[in-house]
Amino acid sequence: MHQKEFMQLVNPFKDKIFRIAKRLLVSSEEAEDATQEVLVKLWNKNESLNGYKSIEAFAITMTKNYSLDQLKSKRASNMTIVHDNCTHKEAGLQEKLEDKDTWNWVEKIMNNLPEQQKLIVQMRDIEEMEFEEIAKVLEMNEQAIRTALSRARKTIRERMIKIHHHGIE
Amino acid sequence: MELNKIEKLLEKYFAAATTIEEEKELKDYFSSSNVAPTLDQYKPIFVYAVQAKQEQFIAPITLKNNKRSKIVWLSIAASVAVLLGLVLLTFNQYNELESQDLGTIDDPNIAFRETQKALNMISEHVNKGIGSVKYINEYEQTKNKIFK
Repeated sequence: MHQKEFMQLVNPFKDKIFRIAKRLLVSSEEAEDATQEVLVKLWNKNESLNGYKSIEAFAITMTKNYSLDQLKSKRASNMTIVHDNCTHKEAGLQEKLEDKDTWNWVEKIMNNLPEQQKLIVQMRDIEEMEFEEIAKVLEMNEQAIRTALSRARKTIRERMIKIHHHGIE
Repeated sequence: MELNKIEKLLEKYFAAATTIEEEKELKDYFSSSNVAPTLDQYKPIFVYAVQAKQEQFIAPITLKNNKRSKIVWLSIAASVAVLLGLVLLTFNQYNELESQDLGTIDDPNIAFRETQKALNMISEHVNKGIGSVKYINEYEQTKNKIFK
């Protein structure tokens, strides 16, 4: 396979793996590195790629594993992940009536979910993947995914309603 | 769209029982401008989901052709170079030994003179060395003067 062919092959889903990596790693730079890494790994597999039914699902699985590994090694080396959650919260309160800011709230709430729920919400609500595909990537059964998704959606709702009421008062 | 239907869809949505199509319906509804005021609080959730999908990976992709094999090849090349260098070096030294002129002199007179010259040179150097020993003698003498 040539580079051009390969690029055509990965083009439809490279944004998707970037977004999934970013959901887990939070920082854009790290997500870019992760995407790069996954694409290079795929490229090196080149010949054996045809053996996989869905290269996209395979790439997503690789992205998930890579990102989780990154997080693990970060935590092991005691590095704190720098979110700008706290600083933005206060600035956000002043501009809470702005629509764009309320979208940011959803993002922040999502970033505070447990990793597995983050992944599921990302894949279902944002990437619009079928439960079957998500089940394959996460190696879980569909029912467990539905349960986790419902829990995550309800958490987002609860926290959003809190913020919403706070905004009206 | 009737409020009733949306409310039912929402209920299903939070139970994670909606299909992709139904979820798209919800996204469309909440992205529109006529969202019922009672449902306003859900708007950010769906608008965010639509927005978040727009984010793209814009960084240029560099497919380094198998990083690891490059390193392997580099190390092989380096070790070959080192080996070659060593072989050349020892080979040259060996050759030099073979062709070395040891300066053998046939005439005994000249040989005697040359030997004397060489021995003189050695003794000169030895005297130089002994010269500095005198300082130690000086030191010894002073020491003896003080500690009788």
